[in-house]
Amino acid sequence: MVGLVIVSHSRKAAEGIAEVAAEMGGDTRIEPVGGDGQGGFGTVPDDIEDALAAADDGEGVVVLVDLGSAVMNADVAIEMSDVDAVIADAPVLEGAVNAAVAATSPKATLDSVREQAEAARDVDKL
Amino acid sequence: MSDEGAAVVAAVQAIAERLEAERSYLTDLDSAIGDADHGGNMARGWSAAAEKVADLDDPDPATVVKTAGKTLLSEVGGASGPLYGGSLVFASQELDGGITADTAVAFAETYLEKVQDRGDARVGDKTMVDALVPAVHTFKKSVETDDLPPVEALAKAVAAAERGVDFTVPIRASKGRASYLGWRSVGHQDPGATSTLYIMEELLDAATEHVDVAETPAVDATSPTIPDGEEAAED
Repeated sequence: MVGLVIVSHSRKAAEGIAEVAAEMGGDTRIEPVGGDGQGGFGTVPDDIEDALAAADDGEGVVVLVDLGSAVMNADVAIEMSDVDAVIADAPVLEGAVNAAVAATSPKATLDSVREQAEAARDVDKL
Repeated sequence: MSDEGAAVVAAVQAIAERLEAERSYLTDLDSAIGDADHGGNMARGWSAAAEKVADLDDPDPATVVKTAGKTLLSEVGGASGPLYGGSLVFASQELDGGITADTAVAFAETYLEKVQDRGDARVGDKTMVDALVPAVHTFKKSVETDDLPPVEALAKAVAAAERGVDFTVPIRASKGRASYLGWRSVGHQDPGATSTLYIMEELLDAATEHVDVAETPAVDATSPTIPDGEEAAED
């Protein structure tokens, strides 16, 4: 099934978001990744590439990202990786929850999961 | 080590030394309109890259460029890693066949395209793109239309980049952290455009030196920087 990677500048934030999404996601593989590798904030393309490989079972990976350089580094990681992966243009937490649910559908594809993640842009809270 | 590979290794080392020397100036520029880390990021990243490429065993130019880019990706935080390093990794494939006038133009164009795609910046946004676009366009035109020897074309490109850096001073930032400052970014020179110029100046120096070597009779005929005319004569 389609896997998910959650990229945040904060490793803890990525882990927390993965945790929330996993509540809804059943068997969906969700890999959190973040931090500069030295205990600080940031994102590292090599780490994201590893997360892509860990989340992929052959059907591809949808990537949720937080801000700025996380987007660029995810883009670089996808370029370097052999995994079929796309970034969802979506809020990272809401998008991750939507994607995790969408991935459990028997008919889920990389595109359908990304679309569901991106549908989270229109979620009203009030 | 191949002549070309050695020349590119020397260029990476020269860039590392230059950025170390300019570390505090770049940091000053960045503290005016950013987060004051550009000097440190660039110096640290390129110095790590210089060490890595020095360890390569007889590398071809594409491998040197790719290795330098990968090192920047893992060593440089923030957006500079993917913008400078990621674009080098991607563009390095253009040098797979070695460095000629044509592959150098292709490399420059691919690098620029990647920086623009990834950073989503255009000329006038007060970013490195303001130095890169005129430089790459000038390089391409000088090689392809004006038939200048590559090193002369590169010198013109460096001059164009310098004008691009000057152009960043009076304009308002619309991309990157400086854009949060709005009109207060006016009057400050962009650090990314400035470091891009330094990198190009060192490339020009390295290329110039390499041509001096290349013009001795014992030269490898595939040497990167020989003038177009000589290359055509081989065909």
